[in-house]
Amino acid sequence: MIVDLPNTSTAAVSKRLVQLRADTGAMALSRVLTLVVVVADDAAEEAIAVANDASRQHPCRIIVVVTGNKRGTARLDGQIRVGGDAGASEVVVLRLYGPLATHGRAVVTPLLLADSPIVVWWPQDPPRDPAADPVGAMGQRRITDSARTSTAPRTVLKRLASAYRPGDTDLAWSRVTHWRALLAAALDQPPYEPLTEATVVAAPDSPSGFLLAGWLAAQLRCPVSVARSRNGTGIISVRLERASGTVDLVRPEDGDSSVLSQPGQPDRTLALPHRGDAECLADELRRLDPDEVYEDALTTGLGAVSGRSRTATEAIKAGEAPSPAEAARTTQRLRRSARAAGSSAMVEKMDMPEDAASTESVQQAAADRLSEIRERRS
Amino acid sequence: MSPTRVTADANPLRDPRDKRLPRIAGPCSMVMFGVTGDLARKKLMPAIYDLANRGLLPPGFSLVGFARRDWADQDFGKIVYESVKEHARTPFREEVWRNLADGVRFVPGSFDDDAAFDLLAETVAELDEQRGTGGNHAFYLSIPPGSFSTVCQQLERSGLSSPQQGAWRRVVIEKPFGHDLESARELNAVVEGVFPADSVFRIDHYLGKETVQNLLAVRFANTMFEPVWNNRYVDHVQITMAEDIGIGGRAGYYDGIGAARDVIQNHLLQLLALTAMEEPVSFDAHNVRLEKEKVLSAVHIPQDLARGTARGQYSAGWQGGDKVLGYLEEDGVGDGSRTETYAAVRLDVDSRRWAGVPFYLRTGKRLGKRVTEIAVVFKKAPHLPFTDTATEELGQNAVVIRVQPDEGVTLRFGAKVPGAQMEVRDVSMDFGYGRSFTESSPEAYERLILDVLLGEPPLFPRHEEVEQSWRILDPIERFWATEGDPPDQYSAGTWGPASADDLMRRDGRQWRLP
Repeated sequence: MIVDLPNTSTAAVSKRLVQLRADTGAMALSRVLTLVVVVADDAAEEAIAVANDASRQHPCRIIVVVTGNKRGTARLDGQIRVGGDAGASEVVVLRLYGPLATHGRAVVTPLLLADSPIVVWWPQDPPRDPAADPVGAMGQRRITDSARTSTAPRTVLKRLASAYRPGDTDLAWSRVTHWRALLAAALDQPPYEPLTEATVVAAPDSPSGFLLAGWLAAQLRCPVSVARSRNGTGIISVRLERASGTVDLVRPEDGDSSVLSQPGQPDRTLALPHRGDAECLADELRRLDPDEVYEDALTTGLGAVSGRSRTATEAIKAGEAPSPAEAARTTQRLRRSARAAGSSAMVEKMDMPEDAASTESVQQAAADRLSEIRERRS
Repeated sequence: MSPTRVTADANPLRDPRDKRLPRIAGPCSMVMFGVTGDLARKKLMPAIYDLANRGLLPPGFSLVGFARRDWADQDFGKIVYESVKEHARTPFREEVWRNLADGVRFVPGSFDDDAAFDLLAETVAELDEQRGTGGNHAFYLSIPPGSFSTVCQQLERSGLSSPQQGAWRRVVIEKPFGHDLESARELNAVVEGVFPADSVFRIDHYLGKETVQNLLAVRFANTMFEPVWNNRYVDHVQITMAEDIGIGGRAGYYDGIGAARDVIQNHLLQLLALTAMEEPVSFDAHNVRLEKEKVLSAVHIPQDLARGTARGQYSAGWQGGDKVLGYLEEDGVGDGSRTETYAAVRLDVDSRRWAGVPFYLRTGKRLGKRVTEIAVVFKKAPHLPFTDTATEELGQNAVVIRVQPDEGVTLRFGAKVPGAQMEVRDVSMDFGYGRSFTESSPEAYERLILDVLLGEPPLFPRHEEVEQSWRILDPIERFWATEGDPPDQYSAGTWGPASADDLMRRDGRQWRLP
């Protein structure tokens, strides 16, 4: 249900919210946080959809502050969305015009949930100093998105680093969680040797690549460099060097599968899907305490990443980065060698196997395949 | 500046402050016995896909099916695919499926066939070479306990139970863990004769549920519950697990086992242990289990079992909108079977905290609805400054932990009814753990399977706990076996036999309506 309240006041919005809740009766009251979204008009709908999706895991009240035209008289247009139009949340959209447009804090304050944390999210261009921003200052947690800015990512990250205050976090950072988890898992296994060097291949327009490199630099304290791939390709590969050889994690362009190669072990493939915004936002809402690891990656790690500029091709030629083409071929090869199912379209076409068998036929099958596999392996 | 040291215990990329980073299991595979069963199709295989989808399985993870079917790998792939399509919690993603499908293998065989287990050993060794599973393999025995010993011996014979240096082999077994103390010990001797004790994972899927883990959080992370969590304030505790279904096609398993062995022995006594236990020193497996064992060892059964227990059998009736058969008319149930489908017992815990506070456990099939809950019912206020008429409708305060469905916690207390008169009535304050958000909270099996692969045992009961629970239940079962009368009949769709209500009435209490 969507209720429009043109030219209104926060008191009226608040009253209507209580009334709507009383009318529908069943709406859950267990909101655990207030999510304040500060966004420009053209990006508002997309941001609301993402926030709604994330709210399914974290019931919250979403207050969307849309800044309209700053000229003209001060005016507040309100809109309340509940039920099916609001996921598991209640959404209040506040459009601010005229002099009011610069006073987001004043309209948000009366609508905050009592006794619960406040999270502020800028889906696009964050303020230069998020914690000093009037709305940002209210939040325990401030979520920026350095991938959605008009400025070059490295510059944005530098700015965020110098303005860092505990509670700051960035969606570009949550986008690399899978990468980080896989790299950490690789180091859980022997050999236990210190890392001597790390190379990240990523697009220069991807702040995630820089953050990943910063994280490696901060945690491993070894030389880390970034090689540029084409814009829009995201993160392509990470290579960790140690005495016994290299650990390579490669995700060829446009793919959702990656290949992990380590010395003395067969190459292994695994799904490494690109993460959606809603998933990342839900991740951010899960933890409301300061993220010290992000702080280290951003403020100390990023500065330690080598500024040497070279392209991915150069790095691959110099043998400092794994080749994505090679990884794509590996995936193909492993896929062919697997005798099982394959793509869902293929499996879909298969008949259900017979759900009964005689003891003799099963024993025969086991014996046949035993000699087959022994022959293959010998 | 020298690079950070890397050791087996100190991984520089795994910062303890880094709460985002999920634990991904190390290289491994899972070998599943009994893949044609319901549990495997509806819960286990979907849970494995969901784990893969959440990025928690290692690269190269492989799934080996073992069953008495003449299938090729791709046939089993089809079975996995269909079960994932139908039952997985998370959305279907092609690339996740492709990677999982690449590691699907099938071994045709019966448990007494040596060649089949040799084939399994070869298959697993080949996975180590091809997919880098590193010699780490978990065996999930989703099979009748009667076959455990054959399978364990076969695993031992074919060398599958003994890992090479630095690798692990684990075995997962499902309830029932025996049917009395003696058989539980036998079963344990079989399994622990082949696998070391810390490689045996006994799955009780209740313990993987968020709410059950939340019970510990509610008790030990807050100040407001623990001070009243004792015999000074608590009148009694009711633990209920009700099912609305009958035995379905499981007569072969159920007949002769009964509700008490099927549910009280494991689920309800585990819930009792978590509700009643003292605060563990820390939340690692060892200390939590110590406290659970301690409280279970303090449990004693009523002196007079005839008055302190009740059992029943459902008869034909209307369940919701359907007419259903009685237990004795179900397919496969022996004539005049005395197996109980409803069991209720009163237990006491001999400790300073709980002396004088009875714990009432009940479970049954074909009851009013499907619900599992723990209700801690408090004593009435010692003095009420109101007239009797004002508090007529006031019951006892209660904290109800709803385990399923609609997981959450309810607080019952009295509040004034609006109006000119002073009138106090019970109201509830509700915390919905899931409500509309359950779709995203993981299934119990996901958590448990991941814990098996990571080798984290806190949520799995140890053999000592199993023994303790049989010690509690055995005398009751023996008493029921010697009793002359068959179990009391109750019509399907009701809340159990009259004798269960009498059990409560004798103590001046009554069952909650869950």
